[in-house]
Amino acid sequence: MKKIALYLTLAILAAACASKETKDETPVTDRTTSTQPQTPNTGNSQITQQRPTAPVTGLSDAQLAKRSVYFDFDSNAVKDEYRGVIQVQSKYLGDNRDKKIRIEGNCDERGSREYNLALGQRRAEAVKKVMTVLGVSDGRIETISYGEEKPVAMGHDEAAWAQNRRADIKY
Amino acid sequence: MIGKIEPAAEGRVEVRFRLFDVQKQAQLASFSYVVAPAQLRATAHRIADVIYEKLTGDKGVFSTKITYVVKRGTRYELQVSDADGFNAQSVLASNEPIMSPAWSPDGSRLAYVSFDQKKPIVVVQNLAQGTTRVVAAYRGNNSAPAWSPDSRTLLVALSKDGLTQIYRVSSSGGDVERLTDSPGIDTQPAYSPDGQWIAFTSDRGGSPQIYKMPAAGGPAQRLTFDGSYNVGPRYSPDGKTIAFVQRDAGRYRIASLELATGQVTVLTDGILDDSPTFAPNGKMVLYEAQVGGRGQLAAVSGDGRVRQRLTSAAGDVQDPAWGPLPTN
Repeated sequence: MKKIALYLTLAILAAACASKETKDETPVTDRTTSTQPQTPNTGNSQITQQRPTAPVTGLSDAQLAKRSVYFDFDSNAVKDEYRGVIQVQSKYLGDNRDKKIRIEGNCDERGSREYNLALGQRRAEAVKKVMTVLGVSDGRIETISYGEEKPVAMGHDEAAWAQNRRADIKY
Repeated sequence: MIGKIEPAAEGRVEVRFRLFDVQKQAQLASFSYVVAPAQLRATAHRIADVIYEKLTGDKGVFSTKITYVVKRGTRYELQVSDADGFNAQSVLASNEPIMSPAWSPDGSRLAYVSFDQKKPIVVVQNLAQGTTRVVAAYRGNNSAPAWSPDSRTLLVALSKDGLTQIYRVSSSGGDVERLTDSPGIDTQPAYSPDGQWIAFTSDRGGSPQIYKMPAAGGPAQRLTFDGSYNVGPRYSPDGKTIAFVQRDAGRYRIASLELATGQVTVLTDGILDDSPTFAPNGKMVLYEAQVGGRGQLAAVSGDGRVRQRLTSAAGDVQDPAWGPLPTN
């Protein structure tokens, strides 16, 4: 019984730590608009939907799966403990020159929504800066923000807020 | 007030009312409307507006509309309703966030931020036709739309050149022109009602504060000096006051700044108040408050004395914007 409990615990832990891809497949239902929005030709970079595939340079799947950098309140400073995450992703991009990324910045729920949108983007820019110093070219990285609109933790306390103050690297 | 509703021809209804000043023994107003039964609510609003104006000298806002975003789980709806919250119509539905709706000066269009393209872009929607047009979808963020008083242009916050700065674009898209150039974040622009000034949020000085600059171009002038967080300016219809969000001891509240004197009055006492929007007669400010862990709309009088909560069914209600006075 003890062995089974141990295996179960390990399995649950492994599932919790794996990065979840929670893409919402439901199409947008737009009840009142009758025409498709026309996007002006503004040089929007196309984001490919590929995920990092088999490691080519000795980077493990577990390393490549870490794609989030977390921030202190009111700060966009990249803390030392997350440099490794950025280095791994930069190395991967260096070895796969066809890949592009979008860095999405986020904030906790406190403060004004629009200012938080800009703060989140500034966090994404801070991560991008580290990557360009490591050799990834500017044109391969788009920085955007979801502000406080896409929290991963729904609580109203520091434990939740800390998880929401983040920049996510998306392929 | 004396009122009477009587059936009229073709299934319609005649509503008559007379408003008396009992003390002065004088009749203040007398109106008669012939309407279809479905329009009774709207007619009641028009009557209330007339009474309000006769009694206070100010324009009534009972016939105006408000817009706001309702969030239920991961479902977002942009709605337009009467100023009292009744008669809500859905204008846009999405599984991605919707933010910052802004009324065109004539009330016929809404600009807003859509995340349907997995990043924030600015869209203008014609309410009567339901048609939409993307007006800003540049690299990076596109947000914070604010209409010019002549409806021809929108101020927007774009991060396409690095950090978020303020630009002007045609309200049909294109003709983008950069207006600010600071080393920080510049966002949340708002035109003064006379079109001469642009108020905005900037942290160029180290902390987010409210500034204003001439709409025609020129240096910015700082307007707020209390504390380390003053953001989201909105002009009152007479241009004399700016409502904004102020943080004090960790709480975010709505405050107002009297431009002539620099005097700041805190209007609310919530913990996460946001998005102030003036009624078109300048007497009330509608905003978003956190109540019981979810967003709800609330209103406060211009002097902070009268407060009202607009309760709603399940979900978060956020990002309100008060529409203009009706043109008829």
